[in-house]
Amino acid sequence: MTAIKPKISVEYTGNATIVTFTDQKILEEKDIQALQESIMSVIESAGSGLNLILDFCNVRFLSSAVLGLLIRISKRVYQREGQLRLCNINPKIYEIFKITRLTKIFDIYKDLESATADLSEVS
Amino acid sequence: MVLETPNNYSVVVESRPSAIGEVCRQILSKLQGNSFSEDDIFAVHLALEEAFVNAVTHGNKMDPGKEVQIDYSVASDKIEIYITDQGEGFDPQQVPDPRVGENLYKPNGRGLLLINSYMDVVKFNERGNRVYLVRYKKKPELKTDTINGMNRGANNK
Repeated sequence: MTAIKPKISVEYTGNATIVTFTDQKILEEKDIQALQESIMSVIESAGSGLNLILDFCNVRFLSSAVLGLLIRISKRVYQREGQLRLCNINPKIYEIFKITRLTKIFDIYKDLESATADLSEVS
Repeated sequence: MVLETPNNYSVVVESRPSAIGEVCRQILSKLQGNSFSEDDIFAVHLALEEAFVNAVTHGNKMDPGKEVQIDYSVASDKIEIYITDQGEGFDPQQVPDPRVGENLYKPNGRGLLLINSYMDVVKFNERGNRVYLVRYKKKPELKTDTINGMNRGANNK
C-alpha cells in the first residue's frame, strides 16, 4: 500500500484499485484539489477497464464540493471504460447521497468485501 | 471582529472558503454545550459550510477585499444563524433543482438543496445576500419554508 499526498491510500488487488480516503473531514478546497490530482493520477496511470473502488471508511464529514469531485472522477473512469464503486459510507454521509439523489448514479456498496465480490480480473 | 452579548454573537471574517473554520468550531462547541444531538451538530455544520461557501463564491465572487458577516445565537432549544455577504444577491427561486435531469450529473449546485434539507428554516432577504437559518432541537410539526420546491429531506427527523 502506498500513500499519496497523505489524503488517500491506494491498494492494488488482482481485480481492482482501492482508493481509501484517509481524512475524517473533507472540506477544504485545497484538500479537494489535492484529492482530485491524486485520484486522477491513479486513473490515468491505469489501463482502460479500471475497476476503481473508493473506500469512505475513515470519512465522517464532507461537503457538496466532494460530491462534485466524485462526479468528475466517475466521468473520467467511465470515459476509460472502467467501473466505479463506493463503499463503507457512514450513515450520515449516505443521507447526503440520498438527499441529492446521487444514489441513482453511483454504485454504492455496504463494505469493501461486497464492492469487490463480483469484479472481473483486469486484463 | 467578534461582538458578543450573552447569547448573541457577531463575527466578520475574510471572504475565503477556509475562513469559516474557527467560527464553525465555536458554533459547534456551543451546540455541544447546549446538549444538541450529533445529528443536529452534523446538520448545522454542513449547512454552515455550504452557506458560507455560497457567500464567498457566489455572493462575494471570491473578491478578497470583501467580507462575510456571521451573526448567531444558540439557545437551549434552537440555533439561529444569519450569514451576510457583500455581493449583489441572488434569487433562490432561480436556482435549478440539482436532482433532476442533466443537473444530476453536474459537479456543482447542491449547496442550497443541502441547506434546505438540513435546516428547519431557511429564508433569504429580498436582495438575496443574507440567509437566515434555524435548526430546532425539537422539530416543528410542519415545515412550511421551501425554496424552489426543495423541501427538507428525510434526514434525522
